[in-house]
Amino acid sequence: MLSTIQPSRCLSRFPVHLPTCGRTKSRFLRVVSSAQPVTTAPLADQSQILSIRDSLLSRHLSAVQVADSYLGRLKQTEPQIGSFLHLSEPDKVLKQAQEIDDKIKRNEEVGPLAGVLVAVKDNICTADMPSTGGSHILDGYRPPFDATAVKRLKDLGAIVVGKTNLDEFGMGSSTEASAFKVTANPWDLSRVPGGSSGGSAAAVSARQCVVSLGSDTGGSVRQPASFCGVAGLKPTYGRVSRFGLMAYASSLDVIGCFGSSVADTGILLHAISGHDALDATSSKREVPDFTSQFLSASSLKSRPLEGLRVGLIRETVDGGVDSGVKSAIQGAAAHLEQLGSIVTEVSLPSFSLGLPAYYILASSESSSNLSRYDGVRYGNQASCDELNVLYEDSRAKGFGSEVKMRILMGTYALSAGYYDAYYKRAQQVRTIIQKSFKAALGENDILISPAAPSAAYKIGEKRNDPLAMYAGDIMTVNVNLAGLPALVLPCGFVEGGSAGLPVGLQMIGAAFDEEKLLKVGHIFEQTLQGHKFVPPLIQDGVFA
Amino acid sequence: MASTLFRTIQIHPFLLYPTAICRRRNGVLYCTMKSTQTQTATQEKQQPPKVKVSQHTQSKTPDKITRDYEAIIGIETHVQLSTLTKAFCSCPYNYGSQPNTSICPICMGLPGALPVLNSKVIEFAVKLGLALNCKLSLNSKFDRKQYFYPDLPKGYQISQFDIPIATGGYIDLDLPLEFGGGHRKFGITRVHMEEDAGKLLHSGNGDYSQVDLNRAGVPLLEIVSEPDMRTGIEAAEYAAELQRVVRYLGVSNGNMQEGSLRCDVNVSIRPVGQSEFGTKVEIKNLNSFSSINRAIDFEISRQALLHSQGHDDQIVQETRLWEEGAQKTVTMRKKEGLADYRYFPEPDLPEVILTQEYVDGIRNSLPELPEMKRRRYEKMGLSMQDVLFLANDVNVAEYFDATISRGADIKLAANWIMGDIAAYMKNEKLSINEIKLMPEELVELIASIKGGTISGKIGKEILFELLAKGGTVKGLIEEKDLVQIVDPVEIGKMVDKVLSENPKQLEQYRGGKTKLQGFFAGQVMKISKGKANPVLLNKILLEKLNAKS
Repeated sequence: MLSTIQPSRCLSRFPVHLPTCGRTKSRFLRVVSSAQPVTTAPLADQSQILSIRDSLLSRHLSAVQVADSYLGRLKQTEPQIGSFLHLSEPDKVLKQAQEIDDKIKRNEEVGPLAGVLVAVKDNICTADMPSTGGSHILDGYRPPFDATAVKRLKDLGAIVVGKTNLDEFGMGSSTEASAFKVTANPWDLSRVPGGSSGGSAAAVSARQCVVSLGSDTGGSVRQPASFCGVAGLKPTYGRVSRFGLMAYASSLDVIGCFGSSVADTGILLHAISGHDALDATSSKREVPDFTSQFLSASSLKSRPLEGLRVGLIRETVDGGVDSGVKSAIQGAAAHLEQLGSIVTEVSLPSFSLGLPAYYILASSESSSNLSRYDGVRYGNQASCDELNVLYEDSRAKGFGSEVKMRILMGTYALSAGYYDAYYKRAQQVRTIIQKSFKAALGENDILISPAAPSAAYKIGEKRNDPLAMYAGDIMTVNVNLAGLPALVLPCGFVEGGSAGLPVGLQMIGAAFDEEKLLKVGHIFEQTLQGHKFVPPLIQDGVFA
Repeated sequence: MASTLFRTIQIHPFLLYPTAICRRRNGVLYCTMKSTQTQTATQEKQQPPKVKVSQHTQSKTPDKITRDYEAIIGIETHVQLSTLTKAFCSCPYNYGSQPNTSICPICMGLPGALPVLNSKVIEFAVKLGLALNCKLSLNSKFDRKQYFYPDLPKGYQISQFDIPIATGGYIDLDLPLEFGGGHRKFGITRVHMEEDAGKLLHSGNGDYSQVDLNRAGVPLLEIVSEPDMRTGIEAAEYAAELQRVVRYLGVSNGNMQEGSLRCDVNVSIRPVGQSEFGTKVEIKNLNSFSSINRAIDFEISRQALLHSQGHDDQIVQETRLWEEGAQKTVTMRKKEGLADYRYFPEPDLPEVILTQEYVDGIRNSLPELPEMKRRRYEKMGLSMQDVLFLANDVNVAEYFDATISRGADIKLAANWIMGDIAAYMKNEKLSINEIKLMPEELVELIASIKGGTISGKIGKEILFELLAKGGTVKGLIEEKDLVQIVDPVEIGKMVDKVLSENPKQLEQYRGGKTKLQGFFAGQVMKISKGKANPVLLNKILLEKLNAKS
């Protein structure tokens, strides 16, 4: 029943959006006539997306009702959390929902994401909403096009509910470096949601939307997923088109997915993956059906992960990691063993080199990528009477301090006389890291580690200590340098807040093997007893 | 100019809001920006590469001072490729279109836009690399060259830095006879691919400047020569040969006026016999071959004079501008150390990998290049002057080749093309592709004259008709009844008629005034309507004139 869409000749480039090449249709995501009987019921409890689909197609709920429920919660929680920089007009959202309902009423086909409310990180371009990247320099900027990922979601029926807060251009780990506002962690409003995709993580965590898009250059999807107790998926570099993602570090940037379940991130990834003629670095590999493997908890064998080789990266549970996080990860490892997998410690000697190499490469690329924000063609322009002053003032006023610091570091690293010592050396380190991951993933099916050395910290705690902030990225940057996929899912709690703070487990897979990560993650999630990762703030369970 | 740039932007605020410019919003807004510069939409005719030299230079006797020095000249040439679309997006480029009408999020450098390479750029680069006898890099890459300027939307230019697509080649050329002739071989250091920047349009009073991004992202090949040239003429001929090569290959229209072929020249001098180089000076704003020639000769004299006066410290590394009006170079900017462009590999584009099969395929499809053509024509026995004329313009060469491949006499075909046809093209301002005379008809014309069907004089007459209106030689000959009269009896009758109608002149002739033969011949030709075979006519006329009555 899996049919492959033959790759069409993707010759035409901007502005033509072509259908995706070479993707396998999802078992659950086929465009189904709303008159057809629904077959996904057993899994509905594991996926908000499937649950909504079931409700709509069975006429149990209308898309307007679904949207209303999310919008209600959004209205209620947003003043405290502040996930969004821009919200779609509720009327506009409801109108789109109504159109879906009308189609269902007429027994017309609706897209597989029909009625699914999606939040989009504000560094991903949307044609009908501002896209600022969290920067003053793009205050009020409206792109003339949708990012490919956004376009694909819209084409499948999803409704974009708003643009989420982030560290300016993705540079930061707490969302405090946003030019516009601070976002609070739904689990404890005095704490950060992580970053840079803090708004997207918080929005899913607080059930303000069903799923959300983030971007991950050094951990910006995974660390906030960990802090906010949601599933966060960083795909393989090249799996998802970067067209429309404001570049931070082009060789590391990927668009990633947040969901309240592993299944939702998988369904979302399937929707946005695949080659794009507008991104020369997007992969032409076929996109498998990530969703076909999601089995309901009741149908699992007693040891469903029998024989799975899991490597716990020794360097990630050494010193420098909170004891609570360490024990949560050890608990997760024990749980994986109970499910039948063989967990061994694996050493990646180059692991600690990742952080300096990452900050050199990412800063270097960002110093170049951010050159286009010069105030000449778009964005905020300083008024002045000399060209160099125009550049200097527009950039001095437009960029925040973290961005300026990284531009300076990157400019320095690429300068004549320093290039070999910094940029070139960092590239060599990158090659070593890629090789060591390849070796470790030859001996293991997946690697595991914490997603961050600690749970969510207090707002302002690390704001004036950039090195401490950078050190928090140690768990995630290596994965970007190696271009590998990684899934973060909540695995336990540490003390903090009123109900504890979630801790995320990071699972790292071989390139383009998101399928395995999703399968293992899903089973892990379905079998983890006694944990419910819904923040105390949200009293009403979704569709309870 | 730069100081006032901001005002432009304020005056034309739509430039700040791409939503207003981009297609989805409002295509009409494309045209709201007024051109401050008169640009003609009509394409400049491809003038064949020909170095014109002013009287001034030709008559100037070589300076005594200059003779003590040797000039070292290297040239960097930017060739704009005639691909249908830009290098990294699908915008077309047409010279002279309204400002900012051929732009998209990609070539405007909007946030989130990414470049995707047009594969034609690679093909054209490989073609030129092979034509310039270069070694190709099977694995090359793109790099970012970073600097801020309002015509550079991304803040960096996508170029190639340490691994250019082609390196280490050479170009052959023959100097025109009026410059002493001779064959030259100049080295090519490298050929690399890059994108063009936009254009700044400065207001008439210098109050503000405007940005036109139509040209931003148009593919270029940069060709860097070895410092092998020694005179202005050599440099100008190098550029002219490069223009021939790109036109023969069809990779660029090579028009200097439109900026499709731009040369920056580096000149230094050293005393004859010295091996180390002097300080080099870069000259820009060279819009024709003759300005290359004159600018270099001026610069050599300037530097030689400074050197001979002991002021060689005043020759500094700088960029000078050629001022066509004043016929001199002036300082544009002094270089304060080397600019740091912070090159690094372009992460948005995959490496450029060429397979040997791909390269071989292109090599096998290369057309006959100017140097090969000249050597072939030379072997056919044409004079160097003819060779240079015919091979100069690829279309003329193709026309000539089409004529001789159909069996036309080589020398006659060359003469017709270089003589009457070239004169007609010049008068009517037409290219050889625009004339109505097809090569096969020229073949027929030549054969008809050679075979005696028509006279040379009639041939010339119908040539102009064919050039202007077309048609076939046979058709015209028939239609106008122009077949030459070669029947001696018929000619004899006409001679008899003339002799009998002019008894007085006949008497004078026979009385010794033999010059009158011309008069009789003319009269006979007249009544034959020019069709009488002149040789036969004169033979018969003489017989009859001298016959004893």
